[in-house]
Amino acid sequence: MKLLLTPRFRIIIAGLVFGVLAALMTNWGNPPNMGICVACFLRDVAGALGLHRAAVVQYLRPEIIGFLLGAFITAYAFGEFRSRGGASPLVRFILGALVMIGALVFLGCPIRMMLRIAGGDLNGMVALAGLITGVLVGILFLKRGFNLGRATRIHPLVGWTMPALMLGLLLLAIFKPGFIFASETGPGAMYAPLAVSLVIGLVVSFLAQRTRMCFVGAWRDVFLVRDFYLLSGVIAFFIAALVTNYVVGNFGATGIYHWGFTSQPIAHDNHLWNFLGMGLLGLAATLIGGCPLRNLILAGEGDTDAGVTVLGFLAGAAIAHNFLLASSPNGTGAWGPLAVTIGLVFCVIIGLVMRE
Amino acid sequence: MVIEVDVRGFSCPIPVVKTKQAIEANPKEVLSVLVETAVSRENVSRLAESKGYSVEATETDGEYRLTLTPPGK
Repeated sequence: MKLLLTPRFRIIIAGLVFGVLAALMTNWGNPPNMGICVACFLRDVAGALGLHRAAVVQYLRPEIIGFLLGAFITAYAFGEFRSRGGASPLVRFILGALVMIGALVFLGCPIRMMLRIAGGDLNGMVALAGLITGVLVGILFLKRGFNLGRATRIHPLVGWTMPALMLGLLLLAIFKPGFIFASETGPGAMYAPLAVSLVIGLVVSFLAQRTRMCFVGAWRDVFLVRDFYLLSGVIAFFIAALVTNYVVGNFGATGIYHWGFTSQPIAHDNHLWNFLGMGLLGLAATLIGGCPLRNLILAGEGDTDAGVTVLGFLAGAAIAHNFLLASSPNGTGAWGPLAVTIGLVFCVIIGLVMRE
Repeated sequence: MVIEVDVRGFSCPIPVVKTKQAIEANPKEVLSVLVETAVSRENVSRLAESKGYSVEATETDGEYRLTLTPPGK
C-alpha cells in the first residue's frame, strides 16, 4: 500500500495509462504515429482558425482544449490554481514559436517523437539525440545563471483567460461555424470522435497536472540533478505505447507500422534536420522550462507566462506553414533549415545574455 | 548559520538550480528556502532528500518555507 503512494509509482502508472491511450488514439481515428502530438495538434488548431492555410492540417483538436481545461479543473480541485505572470512574456512568446518551428521541421513534439519510435519510426531516435543535445546546451545556460526573471501574483481573472479561450474553442469545435477551417484530406481530416478526444484530453491532463509530467524536463532533470522521477514517467509512456501497438496488431502484416527509417507515416528521413529541429526544440523548451504539454498544463493552472508561450506555439505554427518552414513527408520545407539556424542563434544569445 | 534562498516567482527548474548551487556552496549549513508553488516545493524537497537532507515544510499565505538540514546535523 505504501508503494502505491510514492510519487515515483504514481508517475509510472500515469505514464502507462497515457502511453496506452496515446497509441490507441491512432486506432480510434487520429493520424498514424500521431495519437497525441501537442505540436501537431496546436498546428491543426492554428489552421482551423485560419492562421495558416495549409489545407491538410486544419482541425480544432479537442485534445488541446481538454489538456488546458483539465489542468484548470484539476488545479482548482487541488488548491493549486494561482494567477501569476510577468517573467519575460515576450521572450517566452518567441521561444514558444521557436519550439513549434523546431517541432514542425522534425514533424512532432517530444510526445510524438516517443510515439514515432514506439511505432517503429527510427527517425525518432535521431530526433531524440537532437533533443538531448539541445537540453544539454540549455543546462549549460541554466548552470551559468540563466533565468527569465520572477513572476508575480496577478488578479485571478487574468489566469482565467486561457481556460476561457479554450472554452470558446470548444464551442466552436461543437457548433462548427463556417469560418472555422476543416481539412477534407490529410492528417487534419483524421480524428477520433470529439467526445473521445475531449475526454482523453481531460484524463491525460489530470494525470499530467498531478504528476508534473514533462517530456523535456525528464531529460533535463537526469543531466542537471540526476533525478529520474520525470524520466520514469516518459519511459513508462514509451513502453506502454510500444506494447499497445503490438497487442492491437499495428505491427502486423496488415498493420500501419514497420521498423525502419523510410516510408514512415507523416515523417521524413532527413537526419540532419530531424536532429537539429529537435535540438532547437530541446534548447528552447529548456529555456522556457518545459515541453509543449507542460506549458499547456501550466497555462491551465493560471500561469499566464505559460499562456503567452502557448500563444507563441500557435504563432510559430502559423509562421511555419505560411513561410514554408514546416517539413512534409517529402522532406524539409524550403526555409526550414534557415529558420532552425536563426532559432538556434537566438536561443544561444538569450541563453548567454539573460543571466544574473 | 542558516542560509536564506528566496526563489519565489521563479518557474521550474530555476528553484532547483539555485537550491543546488546554495547546497554546493554551503555543504554543512542549514538552508531556508522560500518557494511559491507546490511544484517548486516538491522539486526542491526531492533534490534535498536525494542529497540526504531532511526537509521540513511550513506554509504561510500560500508560500512555503522549506528548512533543509544536512545529514548529521
